[in-house]
Amino acid sequence: MTELSMTVNGKTVTGKAEGRTLLVTFLREELKLTGTHVGCDTSQCGACQVHVNGQPVKSCTMFAAEAEGADVRTIEGMANADGSLSVIQQAFQDHHGLQCGFCTPGMVMTTAALLKENPKPTEAEVREYLEGNICRCTGYHNIVKSIMAASGQDVSAIAAE
Amino acid sequence: MHNFDFVKPGSVAEAAEALKAEDAMALGGGQTLIPTMKARLNAPSALVSLSGMAEMVGVSGSDPVVIGGATTHGQVAAEAGYPALAALAGQIGDPAVRSRGTIGGSLANNDPAACYPAAALASGAVIKTDRREIVADDFFVGMFETALEEGEIITSVSFPVPAKANYQKFLQPASRFALVGVFVAQFDSGVRVAVTGASEEGVHRWSAAEEALSANFSAEALEGLSVASDGLMSDLHGSAEYRAHLVKVMTGRAVRAAG
Repeated sequence: MTELSMTVNGKTVTGKAEGRTLLVTFLREELKLTGTHVGCDTSQCGACQVHVNGQPVKSCTMFAAEAEGADVRTIEGMANADGSLSVIQQAFQDHHGLQCGFCTPGMVMTTAALLKENPKPTEAEVREYLEGNICRCTGYHNIVKSIMAASGQDVSAIAAE
Repeated sequence: MHNFDFVKPGSVAEAAEALKAEDAMALGGGQTLIPTMKARLNAPSALVSLSGMAEMVGVSGSDPVVIGGATTHGQVAAEAGYPALAALAGQIGDPAVRSRGTIGGSLANNDPAACYPAAALASGAVIKTDRREIVADDFFVGMFETALEEGEIITSVSFPVPAKANYQKFLQPASRFALVGVFVAQFDSGVRVAVTGASEEGVHRWSAAEEALSANFSAEALEGLSVASDGLMSDLHGSAEYRAHLVKVMTGRAVRAAG
């Protein structure tokens, strides 16, 4: 076990990890930040997505030790400072972008990464960017709609409520 | 996953030293290695992280374009002044995979369906290691096999930039690797065509197409050619015959897209 130190959601944190400890395990079991989910554990589904130094990563496929000294952001760091939902989170609620909610932390983190890179994506660009995020409930349509809405675009023409 | 010692060297020399330990392995972005370790297909005694060394990260130059071995696919997609290569990098995996996976890791692993080996072979890239320079034609030895020696580290890859180039990938949608991918590169000296995803020997050049395209760089030049299915991979995603067919189709598409 070694002691790791990193910034998570703006706070400096420390915790113990083995070489093999995955970042998602460190976040969930050492820091008790259980909003980041483990879906497939094979880097397919994206439920474990977090940001490391501003980049989206699958935290089930990165060792915690690789995040030593890094700036990590998880779903727990996505709400506004007053605790209200962020624009992205609110859009998912408003447009029914989740059903069971298991994939949603990853979807929200992916959306934040996309909109930072491309503030007004087309629907096709949204769908392409979601390639590494799997949802088994929604059929994606309302997720795409939520993301388009979060980018400030008119979604009234996107069907299927 | 079995436990291991995590080593984060500060320089390539330190990394090379750490890799001398018995059963130590280099860790690039881990996008292949970590899943294989979870499946216990790999159980290194130590992992030597190559991601934290500034000397191995970055994209520089215009011809050749030189890419540090620990540069992520995402950075290559955003920065490489070689459009066909940047486009290829931008199609690997998904955005999160591209944030971690590295060019050195991909080339060293030489997955028979990976994208980067096709770009390196078609471009006639030079793979630089901590010990020597290896031209792409000598680098790819077979499925998951390269000319790299034990503990040898890819420090950078140098890509000559062709006059015209394009990569066409027929996506295997579950893995996001290439079911078949073809990279076509036209240089003044001739055309090089590299095929990934098809052969049981891994990435390879299609010499008949190179000859035809060097004489006439158009999709029509491929019309009389056929690809034998002998030695091609056959699995639930596609038979050897289907892959053979795709090689020609994807080559034609790449030539058309290259203009």
